[in-house]
Amino acid sequence: MSIERQHDLHKRRFSRNLGLGLVLAAFVVLVFGLTVVKVTGGDVSQAISGTAGQ
Amino acid sequence: MTDTSATDMVNDAEFGDYFALLKPRVMTLVVFTAFVGLLAAPVSIHPFVGFTAILFIALGGGASGALNMWYDADIDAIMRRTQKRPIPAGKVTAGEAKSLGIALSGLSVIMLGLATNWFAAGFLAFTIFFYVVIYTMWLKRWTPQNIVIGGAAGAFPPMIGWAAATGGVSVESVLMFALIFLWTPPHFWALALFMRNDYDNAKVPMLTVTHGRKATRAHIFWYTVVLAVFALAAGFTTLGGPVYFLAAIVLNIQFLIGAFKIWRRDEDASEKDNFAVERKFFKLSLAYLFLHFGAILIEASLDRFGVWA
Repeated sequence: MSIERQHDLHKRRFSRNLGLGLVLAAFVVLVFGLTVVKVTGGDVSQAISGTAGQ
Repeated sequence: MTDTSATDMVNDAEFGDYFALLKPRVMTLVVFTAFVGLLAAPVSIHPFVGFTAILFIALGGGASGALNMWYDADIDAIMRRTQKRPIPAGKVTAGEAKSLGIALSGLSVIMLGLATNWFAAGFLAFTIFFYVVIYTMWLKRWTPQNIVIGGAAGAFPPMIGWAAATGGVSVESVLMFALIFLWTPPHFWALALFMRNDYDNAKVPMLTVTHGRKATRAHIFWYTVVLAVFALAAGFTTLGGPVYFLAAIVLNIQFLIGAFKIWRRDEDASEKDNFAVERKFFKLSLAYLFLHFGAILIEASLDRFGVWA
């Protein structure tokens, strides 16, 4: 097996890293969205105006 | 770097291989039926919460798929249908699949509980336990009724969707369960009739092997009869309506005719046309389930917009 700078193995490793990164980012967005919905009871405008929970 | 480690890395997994552990095709069915269960429920739920609920029900289903692939890696390596799965293909180790499955099971149950309610979360945990421990580890290799038991695990998602919205169980959600539960055996036994050598080689006690192909044909027919009764019964609950009845009547008549033909056929005739009737029945079974749940979804949407009111 020849040693190359850009081996197929690097491509697969990159796909893993990118995939995991995107999944984690999506999870953060999801938890944030869920928090906003739960705290405001579905009225997202409260979150924007800062009156949620009052 | 030694030669051995270099060769090991040639089979290094990419992201898609881990995703394949979650059985994406089964997951689409879980997403669809859980979505129908959630929308058919009489309690409305915030769309974002509903989206989260379905996502984590699907992830829980995926996690149980990964645990199933970990435990069944030996069988999967023998059967043609499953040889390309990530573990037999050498891309992911069995241990990795197990860890991923356990981690995602925990995550999905906790997130579903936080997003909706703990009854639905408990239900999801039970479903994963049922599929992995009761079905995969215990009954699959032991009884020819394995398909019937496994079908129960696949039938829980609409009930979990319903529970996520309502926090409980009702006649409607039990009937949605019955629809998938009774549909699974005819669906898989038809597959077993034309994929015959696969299960024999893997020594999984399929009904075709233990009780013979003639008995399997009879089983397909009688399960279909019971299925038709439950499918029509669902029409008399809040799930039903004109669209559902129309779909249910047409589909169940077709399904019964197909099952009857399978029952009446002998092996020579099937051999001759390469199991044309069995293959057709299998394809119809996919449409059968999809259209029943599609009809429930249409009825629920029509109710929301007050069309029949």
